[in-house]
Amino acid sequence: MANPLTIKVNERLWPIAATADTPLLYVLSNELLLQGPRFGCGLAQCGSCSVLVDGVETRSCVTPVGSVQGKSITTLEGLPAWYAKQKRLQNPPALHPVQQALIDEQALQCGYCFNGMVIKASELLSKVPKPTEAQIRSAMNGHLCRCGTYPRILKAIQRASQTIPETPK
Amino acid sequence: MRNSFYTTQFPRRDLLKAGGALIVGLNCGNALFAQEPDAVAFAAGPDQPDPKHLDTWLAIHSDNTATIFIGFVELGQGCSTALLQIAAEELDLDMSQVKSVRMETHSAPNQGGTVASSSIARGGPRIRAAAAEARLALLSLASKKLNSPLSSLAVSKGIVSVVGNPKRSVTYGQLTGDKPLDIPFTGKAPLKPASEYKVVGTSVPRKDIPDKVSGKYVYMQHVSVPGMLHGRVVRPRGQGAYGAGAKVVDVDESSIRNIAGAQIVHRRDFVGVVAPSEWDAVRAAQQLKVTWDTTPSLSGTDGLFDQMRNAKTSDKVVLERGDVAMVLGRAAHVVSETCRGPYQSHAPFGPNCALADVKAGSAQVMCSTQNPYETRGKIAVVLGIPVATVKVQYYEGSGTYGHSCYDDVAEAAAIMSQAVGKPVRVQFMRWDEHGWDNYGPAHLADIRAGADGDGNLVAYEYHGYQHVWIWTETSEQLALGTAPSEMDAGVSDTVTPFNVGGMYNVPNVRLVNHRVPGLSGYLKGSYLRSPLDISFSFTSEQAIDQLAYLAGMDPALFRQRNIKDARWLGVLNAVAKSAGWTPRRAASNLSDAKLVKGRGIAVGTHITSYGAAVADIEVDKETGQIVAKHLYGALDAGLVINPGFVENQISGMLVQATSRILKEEVTFTTTNVTSLDWNSYPILRFEECPEVTAVVVQRLDEKSSGAGEELTGPAAAAIANAFFDATGVRMREYPLTPNRVKAALARA
Repeated sequence: MANPLTIKVNERLWPIAATADTPLLYVLSNELLLQGPRFGCGLAQCGSCSVLVDGVETRSCVTPVGSVQGKSITTLEGLPAWYAKQKRLQNPPALHPVQQALIDEQALQCGYCFNGMVIKASELLSKVPKPTEAQIRSAMNGHLCRCGTYPRILKAIQRASQTIPETPK
Repeated sequence: MRNSFYTTQFPRRDLLKAGGALIVGLNCGNALFAQEPDAVAFAAGPDQPDPKHLDTWLAIHSDNTATIFIGFVELGQGCSTALLQIAAEELDLDMSQVKSVRMETHSAPNQGGTVASSSIARGGPRIRAAAAEARLALLSLASKKLNSPLSSLAVSKGIVSVVGNPKRSVTYGQLTGDKPLDIPFTGKAPLKPASEYKVVGTSVPRKDIPDKVSGKYVYMQHVSVPGMLHGRVVRPRGQGAYGAGAKVVDVDESSIRNIAGAQIVHRRDFVGVVAPSEWDAVRAAQQLKVTWDTTPSLSGTDGLFDQMRNAKTSDKVVLERGDVAMVLGRAAHVVSETCRGPYQSHAPFGPNCALADVKAGSAQVMCSTQNPYETRGKIAVVLGIPVATVKVQYYEGSGTYGHSCYDDVAEAAAIMSQAVGKPVRVQFMRWDEHGWDNYGPAHLADIRAGADGDGNLVAYEYHGYQHVWIWTETSEQLALGTAPSEMDAGVSDTVTPFNVGGMYNVPNVRLVNHRVPGLSGYLKGSYLRSPLDISFSFTSEQAIDQLAYLAGMDPALFRQRNIKDARWLGVLNAVAKSAGWTPRRAASNLSDAKLVKGRGIAVGTHITSYGAAVADIEVDKETGQIVAKHLYGALDAGLVINPGFVENQISGMLVQATSRILKEEVTFTTTNVTSLDWNSYPILRFEECPEVTAVVVQRLDEKSSGAGEELTGPAAAAIANAFFDATGVRMREYPLTPNRVKAALARA
């Protein structure tokens, strides 16, 4: 039976088998087999499942897949290409500058929360290229980390903000 | 890597043959084994590799690389890279030439679990000895091949060459080809002296981080196999007392009839649902109407400490030295306090997940256990099949920080797979993980301590009350009706002489452990990072701090005066220096302002290693809000393999300790736990996070010891002492929430 649902993820259109009320997270995980967004609370409290919907950080665990038809979803996997498009780079880098900075700072411990951390930090830097420490803390406040890696994430975001060029007009 | 489940089923010996391997053996009864009695006990049996063979520990491949077989699991602490550093060092290989493989039963060495921050302390010596012995064997082969004496050979990156004639060379891989070497492992090969280390002691980057950042890393939550169903457990929201379990009165099967494909798994009091679609499993679990027996079984949070105080405890004098009562009676300064610490939750950021495929006569379970071999035994029990037929594979989940629900969810997956005859992936929902955790037990403490007029500690008495850890997992208890049982010994059973007051030179000491009977109306308890140490430190280090205050002394100088051990003094001085500590009496800058600042210091540990911390905080006296501004932590963990990893651990401990001392508390009514998510069990957030400074005190000449827990207690206590410095008021119960702070200030 043909299903009417189609969603655009990482610049590609995907026909979806799930019903419209299914949270986007389960579709991304189980139909598209993406490993970026992942279950954390199912309550939009932690940021584990974050994706960008038209460039806006969104909790996929409480977002019905039917509500994102016609919108552009970017996951961790699509972030370098999303960044390249934004900066009008000919080729996407292997990693978004935030991802590279997190490696440079060796910021992770278990790393499970870093999907959301990377998504949220990328959203922030796309809007505020040179954020203050207070702006970073405020933007990231809805993303939890049980390992306590916040200080290194903060440094990594500051490092990334130094390396990102101005967006072409 | 989605289907790695099925591709890794073959025994590792076949893998070795396929990859080409150096295989060496190991003698029993050598000094290494004597250091690891637990590993000896676990060592025998056809269903796990023989630790007496070196091929159990490492393999050299024809491409001049090595695989190291590690019996410890990566939990985000970096041990999987640090243990490779040790191997690379002894083998004279580059880090790019060494790798490890997934830990699983049957093929990985059984080293008794990744617990108590012991991967390096227990795993390091074995890998170091195995690598050294392999290197010696390879050099002997090279000596023959190059027709040159051993003493003339040098190794770099696995290339053995004749000194002064580098063209005469051969690689490890060329020497072994695809054949195992098959020599005994005596454990007696000479080890490289620490002064020659090139890889050990350096901060090489972690091997797992690039894939974790890019999304390629396969967490347990990502694993799937063909034909699997999704499962969820159905339990009351929040556990009652351990032992009371959860009793099903009625399951209304019609309540999920509208969800096509959903099946109920009901075995005694175990209830779960499975469905081909994950969302259907989630919906069915929430929709299924189960009537539970709701007989009250708990005290409720408010009654907890009275219940513990009135419990019929089993008492044990852990240490008795001198005459505490007599000396306290005439001491110039005496402190006598009662302190309370709450139940706290592991609360892993991603709830635990497991995938089980149970067939007739065998079972394969993938999960995030800290001890695959122990979990294997638990799975065998719930399935009623022999241990040897159960294979457990480790996949990293989100940081567990001890015994969270990883075994419980693995048992649940096994039970459901056995019931439906298909592979089942079970992931706990947030409320399952928060509500059915094995919590870090609550603690009640009475302390009395005294100092003479010169500020010398003269007596120290500590009475600790807590129940011990559970043994029976919830899924087993519900499905089999297994009687709940507690561990009969271990860290949880005792106030330890090293952790509690042991850093101070006190002539008269009395430590008494009061074991509360955990089966009489308490929550499930188990090891949570640095078990009980926050409560120990909160009690003990505030008492020490108060004696310094009463003696009119600076708290750091008071501690220096009363510590004789060079390693305790080392971390105390290191943290004081790092923080730019200026001596003054605590609470000597009190002000009437709404917002006041304080600085505190404390020392502490968890079983091994030496920790010291300084905290700078701000207190809003009107709102009761404490903000941790900057924490400093110094750790002496002996020989540190990778200082960068230990700095990361220190940083994480300082932040997590801040979270636990300021915010975290499991709450419950008389029937069930009510802290079931991040709103009802808040943890520290980005905006609340202090700046952190990590100081690694490197000791090349000391044995490596733990580096993942030992600053948790002192960091929390430093915050409590900083609060006193800011306000002149001592807190007796944590977490130091705004309401509790306001009440304490109002009483003062």
